[in-house]
Amino acid sequence: MELAAIFISAVLVQNFVLYYFLGICPFLGVSKKIDSAVSMGLAVTFVMSITAVVSWLINNLILIPYDLGYLQIVSFILVIASLVQLVEMFIRKISPPLYQALGIYLPLITTNCAIMGLALIAALNELGFVETVIFGFGSGIGFTLAIVLMAGIREQLDLSDVPEPLKGAGIALIVAGIMALAFNGFIGMLT
Amino acid sequence: MTELLVPILTMTALGFLFSSGLVLAYKKLRVEEDPKVEKISEALPQANCGACGFSGCRAFAEAVVKGNAEANGCPVGGEEVAQNVAAILGVEAGEIIKKVARVHCRGTHEAAQNRGVYIGISTCTASHLVGGTKQCSYGCMGYGDCVRACQFDAMEMGKDGLPIIREDRCTACGKCVDACPRNILELHPLSQNILVFCRSEDRGPIARKLCKNACIACGICVRACPDAIVLENNLAVITDYKKIDPEKIPAIEKCPTKSIGRLKEDNDG
Repeated sequence: MELAAIFISAVLVQNFVLYYFLGICPFLGVSKKIDSAVSMGLAVTFVMSITAVVSWLINNLILIPYDLGYLQIVSFILVIASLVQLVEMFIRKISPPLYQALGIYLPLITTNCAIMGLALIAALNELGFVETVIFGFGSGIGFTLAIVLMAGIREQLDLSDVPEPLKGAGIALIVAGIMALAFNGFIGMLT
Repeated sequence: MTELLVPILTMTALGFLFSSGLVLAYKKLRVEEDPKVEKISEALPQANCGACGFSGCRAFAEAVVKGNAEANGCPVGGEEVAQNVAAILGVEAGEIIKKVARVHCRGTHEAAQNRGVYIGISTCTASHLVGGTKQCSYGCMGYGDCVRACQFDAMEMGKDGLPIIREDRCTACGKCVDACPRNILELHPLSQNILVFCRSEDRGPIARKLCKNACIACGICVRACPDAIVLENNLAVITDYKKIDPEKIPAIEKCPTKSIGRLKEDNDG
């Protein structure tokens, strides 16, 4: 029951994009088409899940026993950067068009604060191993949910009559804000 | 000393671990790519206009390397780019004829009769659906779909209601040709100086009534140069400009409505 709560919390209530407002860069950058948004979401989900596992292992097996807590950030960055390289090579191999579509946002997952945030929040809350796995996977699913919803709305927005000054990033940020308000409604679910 | 060594060693060990993981992964997942693709891609104008028939400069570069496209296949880059691409491939470039878009209408506000006032979406495509603003249903409507289609800032709408093409900027990408609902624009070699400036297929008397500068299919130009000019659907058509004898140009220019002739500097592009 506890694990389900962690999962739902990560997906809906404390959604990384819409609650913490982390990972806004790909959220706005790759949310123009549903196809590439889904792929981006899955890439981030993959990196988040593995990052959660590996950073938990490093944190609990190396850093904490040897009292090296101050190396958390730098070692997490190492984990994330390596994983992103791996994902990049993998996507380039299996789907060059997808590689083109994700463009610069793929290597930018490295500096995506949602993933760094995930590793740090998991370490801060002293989650157990299984909890961390669920938390990482759930956060990725939450990111995917947010970016796909956003892409769906933006595909509709392209056809709508948006006031001239708000076109592009302006209306996208307003939509993101309204979505965040809507997701706030989920807070009551867990209490 | 230990305080300093432990973190350094830890990070080195972690870094080594991850980098060896990446090296292994790279061996499995490496994508072989011809270095020529990258070089050719850099030599191209990066306009990604699609005039070559591929989805972008990168796709064209890949096609050239695979042999699916000619080295001179980029109309935007012209001779210089073709030479560079050919040099990378190690082949001869082949001759490139520089082309530009030309406007085949002289139905200015002054010359052409108006049909009425058009109130609606001010694009040629929309206006064309209801028959356009001018009485002539073949002429330029002047809402500038072609100007908006041009990525190279080579077109502007003239005060007389006809688009003006800047030869030096036109890359013959053909975007304006596609944008015009009435097919008034066409690509011609830059050296071709004799053009028909009309698209009207109306019969002579009607065409003249609707526009002072319309081709009335009188045939003066055809008699002057029967090898290269023919009448088709009440309109003079140049079949092969290379066969036009320069000495006969004055005879062609006797056209009573001046709908065929040499380019003028002012606004015919």
